[in-house]
Amino acid sequence: MTDIEKTIEIEVMRYHPEQDASPVFKTYRIPYASDQSVLQGLQYIKDYIDGTLSFRWSCRMAICGSCGVMINNQPKLSCKTFLRDYYPGKIRVEALQHLPIERDLVIDATDFINKLESIKPYIVPREARSLEQGEYLQTPEQLARYEQFSSCINCMLCYAACPQYGLKPEFTGPGVLALLHRYNADSRDGARADRMQIVNAEEGVWGCTLVGYCSEVCPKQVDPAAAVNRNKVNSTLDYFLRFLMPGGGESG
Amino acid sequence: MSKRRPYVRPMDGWWLKNPYYVRYMSREATSLFVGVYALILLAGMVSLACGETAYNNWLMAMTNPVSIGFHLAALAAAIYHTITWFAVAPKVMPALFLAGKRVPDIAITTTQYAIAVVLYLGLFCMVWRV
Ligand code: SF4
Ligand code: FES
Repeated sequence: MTDIEKTIEIEVMRYHPEQDASPVFKTYRIPYASDQSVLQGLQYIKDYIDGTLSFRWSCRMAICGSCGVMINNQPKLSCKTFLRDYYPGKIRVEALQHLPIERDLVIDATDFINKLESIKPYIVPREARSLEQGEYLQTPEQLARYEQFSSCINCMLCYAACPQYGLKPEFTGPGVLALLHRYNADSRDGARADRMQIVNAEEGVWGCTLVGYCSEVCPKQVDPAAAVNRNKVNSTLDYFLRFLMPGGGESG
Repeated sequence: MSKRRPYVRPMDGWWLKNPYYVRYMSREATSLFVGVYALILLAGMVSLACGETAYNNWLMAMTNPVSIGFHLAALAAAIYHTITWFAVAPKVMPALFLAGKRVPDIAITTTQYAIAVVLYLGLFCMVWRV
């Protein structure tokens, strides 16, 4: 059989707040091709079967972070996941776990965005430099200390993987804490003391019980579990340094 | 009027819904075995302090098949916990740099196994006086 004649079944979570009390599943049969992504499958449904299906996407190349969904119960980027990995089995697509569903596969990201803004996700220069003084230089080691954490694309797959976030949505959560660490670990940055208040808070790193699934599902190998748990050490040092140095200390 | 009605899914039975969560809960559950084992050991110390008869009674109780069964289960639980702990240790400790390069996670995990092997060999040699 050529790819043209093959088909595959996709079961999709549907939720229309105007008419549904809770989400329901609908199954669609679409043409199969080995080079098709699950996102393309959803687009086929929208274009040829049911135009009311809602889902997010933009870049189609795993960099914008908007196409995250649950595929067979695992958080994945739908543009980076292929029909061939499931064929001839069935594919089940749901909205990202632990996040409120707005409609079909579209989740409400407000909470994530607010948390993201709260951590000052930008470099606050440690020392002011004028243009004439040139750029801020870093050694390869200084770069290596934060580089992996700067690859985050804010896709929220790690939130869909984190049961602690599902149980306690106040928890700052893996992705945002990883990004916080990215700036705190940067030798050019000077806002560490401010960000440590978020790290130390009840909703900060101590909300994590090291389930570790976040790092498993991250499509960019950010390893948010490492960022969160290394900051438990930083948070502890911060706590004790406060007694040694009045006014609070800067811990390693 | 807004038609928004964001739906929040319930979390009941969440830890059974993904094999990864089941493994996580098993890791957490191993602490029960370790806790009970520590209590048994404590009881042994107390009986030792109480005198010979008490200590011999405790030793007798330890030869009970139920006790041996529990100790085997606790050993399995402790080994499982150790394996999972060695695997996550590189995430928990501050990033290590040697000569400007990040020490890879696998090197940290392997070193822990190496240290454990050396310590256990030393311990067995001491106990059995080889
Ligand atoms: S840490 Fe990884 S999984 Fe989490 S938002 Fe960033 S890229 Fe996505
Ligand atoms: S569409 Fe941009 S990450 Fe998938």
